[in-house]
Amino acid sequence: MGGILVYALHDGEGNFNKNSLGALSAASDLAGELGSEAAAVVVGDVSDEQAQALGNYGVTKVYRAKDVPEGLAQPIVDVMAKVIQDDGFSYALFGGGLLGFEIGAGLTARLDAGVTMEVTSVKVADGKLIAERPILQDSQIADVGYVGEPGIIIGRLNAFDVEEKGGTAEVVDVDVELSEWSTKAEMIQRGEQRGADVDIEAADILVGGGRGLGSAEGFEACEQLADAFDNGAVAATRAVVDAGWYPYAAQIGQTGKTVAPKLYLAVGVSGAIQHKVGMQNSEAIIAINKDPNAPIFEFSDLGVVGDLNKIMPKLTEALKARKG
Amino acid sequence: MKICVLVKDVPDAAVQKRIDPSTMWLDRSGESTLNPFDTHAVEAAVRFKEGDDLEVDEVVAVTMGPEGAQRALQKAVALGADRSVHLCDDALAGSDVCATGKALAKVLEAESPDLVLLGQQSDDGECYTIGAVVAEHLKMPSLTQVVGIEVEGDKLKCERQAEYGYDTVALTMPAVISVGDAINEPRYPSLKAIMGAKKKPVDTKASSDVGLDASEVGEAGSKTTVTALNEPPAKEAGEIIEDEDTAETVDKIVTWLDERKLI
Repeated sequence: MGGILVYALHDGEGNFNKNSLGALSAASDLAGELGSEAAAVVVGDVSDEQAQALGNYGVTKVYRAKDVPEGLAQPIVDVMAKVIQDDGFSYALFGGGLLGFEIGAGLTARLDAGVTMEVTSVKVADGKLIAERPILQDSQIADVGYVGEPGIIIGRLNAFDVEEKGGTAEVVDVDVELSEWSTKAEMIQRGEQRGADVDIEAADILVGGGRGLGSAEGFEACEQLADAFDNGAVAATRAVVDAGWYPYAAQIGQTGKTVAPKLYLAVGVSGAIQHKVGMQNSEAIIAINKDPNAPIFEFSDLGVVGDLNKIMPKLTEALKARKG
Repeated sequence: MKICVLVKDVPDAAVQKRIDPSTMWLDRSGESTLNPFDTHAVEAAVRFKEGDDLEVDEVVAVTMGPEGAQRALQKAVALGADRSVHLCDDALAGSDVCATGKALAKVLEAESPDLVLLGQQSDDGECYTIGAVVAEHLKMPSLTQVVGIEVEGDKLKCERQAEYGYDTVALTMPAVISVGDAINEPRYPSLKAIMGAKKKPVDTKASSDVGLDASEVGEAGSKTTVTALNEPPAKEAGEIIEDEDTAETVDKIVTWLDERKLI
């Protein structure tokens, strides 16, 4: 009773996702409080050593479905539903990431189970888990409990810290017959990189560009501004990367990078939650946006309400003049 | 073939959203509109109907919600949907993701679509999950947060960003796909289309009409319960500058940066 099953996402070669490792660490702590155990589910090409090594994050057992492909949700729903039903897990936990949303949602339907998403923290009350979920643009936090079992918890990106605890896990291979509809999605290509391979993680100052720039050309002004700082680089929101304005490697957020530079200067960025989670730990945040109601102003240290096309070039000029 | 588009009526972006403390549900009084992400789903469906890649006979907008949710259906019809279905019943109030997915799946089952499209997230709930829940009930393959769809025979080649870059996935129809806002630029409905949409009939159904038991939906059918609402940890409010004189604004920014040794 009370066991927690965690999905551990990997890149196809058994390198596990940091958010999944965070979820494993959190599950192990919570299971400790509940007097139960945490286990992981992995699919695809994961070696014995790679699977056993997940024990370092506190799980005692790793269920491995070797023949199930990594990267598509529904086959993994089949695996997790079977493990939860056969071995009686009370909760399923997912780190931040898109696949966790899909698998968690599928389990909700399959097991008639409650689900909470964008969870930032999980606590124990009366021997049960309560998920904390920010709502209404993070202006309030709802405590969500579950009716019946299992309860499905989908974390927000970076919600759970990775903790190495030492130890190895027992690996149990599982055979799962896939549902007919789970075989009707086929991965043609996974993890394609688009655009230049830029490095934004080493920069001290990041100029983050969003849709408010108006066009791909707007990024030229961002690059000039970034150049006016010492060790500056340009980052981008998902919307503009999907629009082809800037390379994927520069993207911040749920399906991009997480950064914490000394300064994040957001221009034309509205501040959607999925962007926020990737940059909110920056030491200082400045936002320039013409919409005074943009959510970005809620978590900026300095907010400038105005036309970025007027402000950015002058700011670049002023910084360059100072540098000499 | 038939495309169903799931749409949602959400509070207008300009409306201050609040939770009704007596029910812990979102207060849905006040101005509302079609969820912006759903306009992209409607647009994608209408483009399939207009184009030659798929033989689309009709596009049906489907929603669940109180009476006012008809506004979202009207807007979807104004944007090009042929007709609409509204699941509306007091018993549905307070449905969580689990119960909502079950209820919507029942409506869709009755329509038996070849393709279900929806926006990847709602402006109010930001759940990202309904598409995958509905797909599982309908026993259809699904993909969420899709930003490009190409038809290849009876398959739809979809692309989207996942954790490691862009994924390309082929789905065999019938399928459920949630779309992101980068998939297209929705059209603006003409005045004629807006007026015409108000006259088109809406097929309103109660939960019993689609074979749902009252115990499966609403609060009774929900598997989560909000036990408390708390304030987030207080964060010091940032400084705000309104740009009136840009030279002055830039001076202020430079001084701010200088004080923090960022330049």
